[in-house]
Amino acid sequence: MLSDPDLQKLIFGRFSLEDIPFHEPILQVTFAGVAVVGLAVLGVITYYRFWGPMWRDWITSVDHKKIGIMYIILAMVMLLRGFADALLMRAQQSMAFGENQGFLPPHHYDQIFSAHGVIMIFFVAMPFVTGMMNYVVPLQIGARDVAFPFLNNFSFWMTVSGAITIMISLFVGEFSRATWLAYPPLSGSDMSPGVGVDYYIWGLQVAGIGTTLSGINLIATIVKMRAPGMTMMKLPIFVWTSLCTNVLITAAFPILTAVLALLTLDRYVGTHFFTNDLGGNPMMYFNLIWIWGHPEVYILILPAFGIFSEVTSTFSGKRLFGYVSMVYATVVITILSYLVWLHHFFTMGSGASVNSFFGITTMIISIPTGAKIFNWLFTMFRGRIRFEVPMLWTISFMVTFTIGGMTGVLLAVPPADFVLHNSLFLIAHFHNVIIGGVLFGMFAGVNYWFPKAFGFKLDPFWGKVSFWFWTIGFYVAFMPLYVLGLMGVTRRAQHFDDPSLQIWFVLAAFGAVLIAVGIGAMIMQFTVSIRNREALRDTTGDPWGGRTLEWSTSSPPPDYNFAFTPRIHDLDAWSDMKQRGYERPREGFRAIHMPRNTGTGAVIAGLSVAFSFGMIWYIWWLAALTFVAMIAAAIFHTFNYNRDFDIPADTVVRTESERNSMLAAQA
Amino acid sequence: MMHGDTAPPGTEAPVFHESEEHPHEASTLLGFWIYLMSDCLIFTVLFATYAVLGRNYAAGPSPNDLFDLKLVAVNTAMLLFSSITYGFAMLEMENGQLKAMQLWLIVTGLFGAAFIGIELYEFSHLIHEGATPQRSAFLSSFFALVGTHGLHVTFGIVWLIVLLIQTAQRGLIPENKRRLLCLSMFWHFLDVVWIGVFTFVYLMGVLR
Repeated sequence: MLSDPDLQKLIFGRFSLEDIPFHEPILQVTFAGVAVVGLAVLGVITYYRFWGPMWRDWITSVDHKKIGIMYIILAMVMLLRGFADALLMRAQQSMAFGENQGFLPPHHYDQIFSAHGVIMIFFVAMPFVTGMMNYVVPLQIGARDVAFPFLNNFSFWMTVSGAITIMISLFVGEFSRATWLAYPPLSGSDMSPGVGVDYYIWGLQVAGIGTTLSGINLIATIVKMRAPGMTMMKLPIFVWTSLCTNVLITAAFPILTAVLALLTLDRYVGTHFFTNDLGGNPMMYFNLIWIWGHPEVYILILPAFGIFSEVTSTFSGKRLFGYVSMVYATVVITILSYLVWLHHFFTMGSGASVNSFFGITTMIISIPTGAKIFNWLFTMFRGRIRFEVPMLWTISFMVTFTIGGMTGVLLAVPPADFVLHNSLFLIAHFHNVIIGGVLFGMFAGVNYWFPKAFGFKLDPFWGKVSFWFWTIGFYVAFMPLYVLGLMGVTRRAQHFDDPSLQIWFVLAAFGAVLIAVGIGAMIMQFTVSIRNREALRDTTGDPWGGRTLEWSTSSPPPDYNFAFTPRIHDLDAWSDMKQRGYERPREGFRAIHMPRNTGTGAVIAGLSVAFSFGMIWYIWWLAALTFVAMIAAAIFHTFNYNRDFDIPADTVVRTESERNSMLAAQA
Repeated sequence: MMHGDTAPPGTEAPVFHESEEHPHEASTLLGFWIYLMSDCLIFTVLFATYAVLGRNYAAGPSPNDLFDLKLVAVNTAMLLFSSITYGFAMLEMENGQLKAMQLWLIVTGLFGAAFIGIELYEFSHLIHEGATPQRSAFLSSFFALVGTHGLHVTFGIVWLIVLLIQTAQRGLIPENKRRLLCLSMFWHFLDVVWIGVFTFVYLMGVLR
């Protein structure tokens, strides 16, 4: 770009025009597509003059409900990206046999499977789970917001920044080829000198800060802000699982932060933590990353367990069977999740004793999980079960997750693991539990709480279409991988020699197409529901006959959630209130103290994208400038002491009487 | 408000909401405490890394060749004194003595700055001798652990300056008191971590 190479380096770091992948037709088409859609969205926003409201009501919002919704939108958008990667991989593997090299060269294929893993875990599953907790937890405990509303907004935008950084790698430079956990020495500067691993590091580092802070926030919320009378053993089960998840987040994510920082030092400064020379030890990285990584899978699954518990009890019309055992099972899983990490690398060579210990702890963790399955079954037993869409996802989960759990116990046996390690059997196993557990749980949650968030139900027909295509598609896509894994096919292969394997990969690809139809049906479901929203309208605030506090307020809830702080007497507080003839208060409303919106979170998060970009491309002036700017913005924010305002009593009276007349019209 | 808890279900409608607003207990201190524990885990990882890699000298210098215990003792004293003076500042805050509080805060900041100064001197000395972070895994993990602690102290000093300005502007209002308490916890936490570093890295290093 510039004639003087030193000046060019000073200004642009290691970035040059060659780093933009003009020569990759797949990327060009994708870029064109993203650009067209992006411009269209921007055009619509501008045309409808939506920029102002978007900034005032959403981007700067500290309302936990809006932040929760934004998290889930982020998760859904990123699901499309991650799933596009999955389709590319399935297509490649179903054709790349013998002479045929497929359409993805190895260096591109490696980026795709790395990006798929990173995006699905960090930017689909995590925002989904965090979004659900953000939306539901304060409502279920009768609070008006989380403990630290500004921090919540900041956490969300840091997560978005991480996602943006990862997405930039698609069109500027390249993404990591070192798999979703970036094991050294492959991820070290010798083996991966390019920008790929740096995109990975900074994307996760920024998003990880957001995740840790939101974990701290939700713990403080659950511990300090429960409605009076709600003792720990009267907490809705979803709040319990959220509490345990947030404890895990706060105890696990700092480890990820630290280990990524050490990898950063190895790559940027030339230290020797994880190198093969001068005393470094790559296995140290394996241990540390999995001390984060194993709790991470429970971070994802526990809130899903909570959702299934709520859904099962609501749609069976019964109190949850074995509430106390459910709580203890959750807590036991929380603790045990820290004692199993080594099962991810039994083949490291720690010796028989160490492997036995971790094999046994891994098998033990299936006991509380099994107890939960029985609790759900007994909740359904003799219940008046309504097969609404959330319940369908729950039943499908119970079957699918049991299969995934059993293959997990099989992998926990070290000698079996030596055979199956790094094979497609493992891939099938963890997709079995993450799709069948986490994703189905989130879909159940979306269908369950959507009417609460938006005031109308989701269309059940398209919900059922989506459900059946996802469920059947999942089995068709992943059961062949179990077979292939048992035959010894390893993961991450871009090409195969043995043509007899091809039929299984073709089957798996067909399964992926079925899932694609399921996703299409899901988009259809949203479109149809928004169009028919008047017919699907929920005026009661309690469309499913719910049992917990969130159903006691209107759909969507007012900004302040509850005009009066509820007082709790029993588990399943709302069910108790309905049973004992609760009357809505009609007078005595007062002004409500609420936190004020602020743009600081979005500003700092935006700066962090520029900072990451500077670090990734060695554009040091940009990194230094944005770093100072971030600190300055944070300090500047602390000089603002005017952070709350009152919703006037008049407004509260108006909102509440509107709702009263709506309820009266119903009756 | 006792009656609701004792009524059997289905009898009479108990009170289901609070008619009076009662403010929540502040959760800032709990939240900050949890943050400190998560920060503590970052140090845990660095300690663990030092424990595993700390003897991999790669034919380079060992702690015996490098560490000057007298210098480290002076440095430790700086940090410990700063914790005591922060304690004095908090006592003055409780008494509502703004000026005295600020004075002790400034003393604390100066001790902290002295600590950072001595640490930087030690680092530059080591690097000058060729004991760079790139030399061996032992030195990598040493610089990472001690350097991370130093960065925390530096950040604490910046925060302290900000609080000096804010207390000068607005006095000892509840928000500022809360912030001073948080910084207090942060500062003492770094002190505790340093005691670990001093024992584990320096004393035990020289004993090897």
